[in-house]
Amino acid sequence: MKIHEYQAKQVLATFGVMAPRGRVAGTVQEAVAAARAIGGSTWVVKAQIHAGGRGKGGGVKLCKDLKAVEAAAEQILGMQLVTHQTGPHGQRVEKVLVEEGMAIAKELYLSMLVDRNSKSVVVLASTEGGMEIEEVAAKTPEKILREIVDPTVGLLPFQAQRLAFGLAIDRIDPKLVNPAASLIAGLYEAFRAKDCSLAEINPLVLTGDGRVVALDAKVTFDDNALFRHKDVVELRDRSEEDPLDSEATDAGLNYIKLEGSIGCMVNGAGLAMGTMDIVQAAGGSPANFLDVGGTANAEGVEQAFRIITKDPHVRCILINIFGGIVRCDVVAEGVVTAFRKVGLAVPVVVRLEGTNKEKAHEIIDGSGLGARLVMADGLRDAARKAVSAAAGKG
Amino acid sequence: MSVLVDRNTRVVVQGITGAQGQLHARACIEYGTKVVAGVTPGKGGTRMDAVPVFNLVSDAVRETGCDTSLIFVPPPFAASAIMEAAEAGIKLICCITEGIPVQDMVRAAPYVRARGARLIGPNCPGIITPGQCKIGIMPGYIHKVGDVGLVSRSGTLTYEAVWQLTQVGLGQSTCIGIGGDPIHGTSFIDCLTLFQADPATRAIVMIGEIGGTGEEDAAAFARAHVTKPIVSFIAGQTAPPGRRMGHAGAIIAGGKGTAAEKMAALTAAGIHVVKTPDSIGEKMKEVLG
Repeated sequence: MKIHEYQAKQVLATFGVMAPRGRVAGTVQEAVAAARAIGGSTWVVKAQIHAGGRGKGGGVKLCKDLKAVEAAAEQILGMQLVTHQTGPHGQRVEKVLVEEGMAIAKELYLSMLVDRNSKSVVVLASTEGGMEIEEVAAKTPEKILREIVDPTVGLLPFQAQRLAFGLAIDRIDPKLVNPAASLIAGLYEAFRAKDCSLAEINPLVLTGDGRVVALDAKVTFDDNALFRHKDVVELRDRSEEDPLDSEATDAGLNYIKLEGSIGCMVNGAGLAMGTMDIVQAAGGSPANFLDVGGTANAEGVEQAFRIITKDPHVRCILINIFGGIVRCDVVAEGVVTAFRKVGLAVPVVVRLEGTNKEKAHEIIDGSGLGARLVMADGLRDAARKAVSAAAGKG
Repeated sequence: MSVLVDRNTRVVVQGITGAQGQLHARACIEYGTKVVAGVTPGKGGTRMDAVPVFNLVSDAVRETGCDTSLIFVPPPFAASAIMEAAEAGIKLICCITEGIPVQDMVRAAPYVRARGARLIGPNCPGIITPGQCKIGIMPGYIHKVGDVGLVSRSGTLTYEAVWQLTQVGLGQSTCIGIGGDPIHGTSFIDCLTLFQADPATRAIVMIGEIGGTGEEDAAAFARAHVTKPIVSFIAGQTAPPGRRMGHAGAIIAGGKGTAAEKMAALTAAGIHVVKTPDSIGEKMKEVLG
C-alpha cells in the first residue's frame, strides 16, 4: 500500500526522521495560510499524488513570496498531473504540501527495502541525491553503498555510522555524522515497526544551518502485514487507486487492467500470466490479469464477469480453470449461472481441466447459449477460440 | 528414488483442524502419504479422523517420530509455525500459507537454516513424489510415476505442466513448488542440485515467472553444474512493469526481472525455453526423443 509524501513524513517524524516544516492544504486559502504559519521567506508547494516524477510534471513549485504560493497552489490544486508513473491521463491533485524552503548544502540518497537475494532488509545510500537510484545503479554502481541488516540483531549503530562516513558527511560537516546516523537508525526502526516494503528518502539533505532533513519521502507498506497496522490502513487514499482494482480487491480477486480486448479469468497467478502469454502468442491481446483464486465458485465467477466487463474494450472472455480440488462440473454450473445473471454481451470461451471434465462439457454444451458460451479443449485451443471470438469470427 | 520425500516420509500437519488443513490432510492420506500427526494449539489429545492431534510440534515429534511438516496455519501465525517446526527438529518444512508478512519471513528463513532444516515455500502447492507421497494441495491424479523432475514458482501452472507431461506419457520423479513469495526457503538452484544428483531423475522442467533473479541465477548454475536436459517456461511475458501480478514476488521492478531477460539467460545456458505454456510437455518429449 502506498501513501502520500505528507503522510510518509508524518509517520517518519515519530521515529525521529525530520522533514522540513510543512503543512498540507486542500485549498488555495489553506495553502497561503500554511505558508504564513510556517514563516520564512521561501516555500515549496508540492502536489500530493502517489506517483513519482512530480517535479518534472509541474507539480512542485519554489515560491519566493506569498503571492507566488497562492499562484502555485491555484495552478497545482485540481490539475491532472501527468508523470512517467501516472499514465497519459494523469492523476488529479487534491492536496498540496506547503513546506519551508531549505538552504541545501548537499543532496544524498537513502532507502531501505527487503532484498530477495540476501533475504534481508538492505539499506542503500548514495551521494547522488535527487537522481533515480535505478539510473545511478546503471551508470555508476560504485556510488551505491549497501548495508545488509542481520534480522536477529537489526541495523547496528556501526552500520549507520559506516553509511554516514561512506557518504563523506564528515567532509561536509563533521557535526552532522551523528545526526545522519541516528536518522538512518530511525528510518530502520520505522521500516521494522510499520512493516514497510520500501522506504525512500530522495533527497536526504544536509542544510546550510546544520540539519539532516528528509526533503522528500516515499513509504510503501507490505499489504500482507496491514492486519496488524490499523493506523496505516487509515492512511489509504482510494482516490489514488484504479476503481476497478479496488473493487476487485474488495471482492477478494486479484485484477490488473491492461490494454487488450480479451478478458481473462484464471485460477492461480502463474497460470493467469501464462494464459495472457498464450493469448498474445495466438495473435490476441489480454485485457487484464485476473486470478479468481483456488475455488472459482458461482459468486466468484459472477464478480469476475462484472469487473472484466466494466472495461469497454473487452470483446471476449477467456476462462481458464485448472481444477484441482474443485470439480469441473461445479465450475461449469457456476459459469452458466453467472453468465445468465450478469447478462453478458460478449462471448465466453471456457477451458476446464480436472475432475468431471466431460460432465462440464455437457453442462456448457447444453446451456442453450450456443456460440456465446463455448468449451475449448486444452490451452492452445482456448487461446485460438478466444482470439477468433474477439475478432468477431466466433 | 526421488528427492526430499518418499513413501517413508512421516508427516505432521500444522493447522490440521482448520478447513484447509482438514481437507488437504485427508487428500494426502488418500494419496498414500503417512500423515502421522496433526498440530493445533488447544486441540491436543483429540483426533482428526484417525490422526492424533497435538498442541505443539515438539509433542508430535516425540510421540510420532514425524520428520516433515505441512503447514496450513493462517498468515499472522505462519512464520512462528515454521520456526516452531524447525526448533522441534523437523527436517523438511512445507508451508502452503499465502500472505505471510515479508518481514516475518526475513526472520524465519535464517532461523530455519540455522537449525539445519529445509523450508519449501511459503505460498506454494507443496511437494509430491508420484506414487509414494503427496505433501501439499496439488491434485494427486494428474501425476504419473516417472523420471522427470519439476520445479516451479507457481501453483496451477505447475499442474498444467505436470498434466501435459503425464498426457505425453512422461511421468515425474518429484515435483516441487517453491512458491511465489519474494523470500522463500528453497530456490531453483537447490532443486536443480537435488535433481542433478538424483539417479531417478532423467530430465528437469523449470517453471519461472517475472520478478527477482532466481531464474537467471539458476541459468548460470545449470550451465556449470547440470548435465540433465532442462525445459523451461517463464510466465509473464505480457506483464506490465511495476505491477504485482498476484504473487507477491511477481513484479518487474526498476526494469529488472522481465520474462525476456530470464528467457535469454536460460537459452544462453543451453536450456530449452518454450514461449507458450501449452508446449511444455511436447518439448520435453522432443528433447528426450
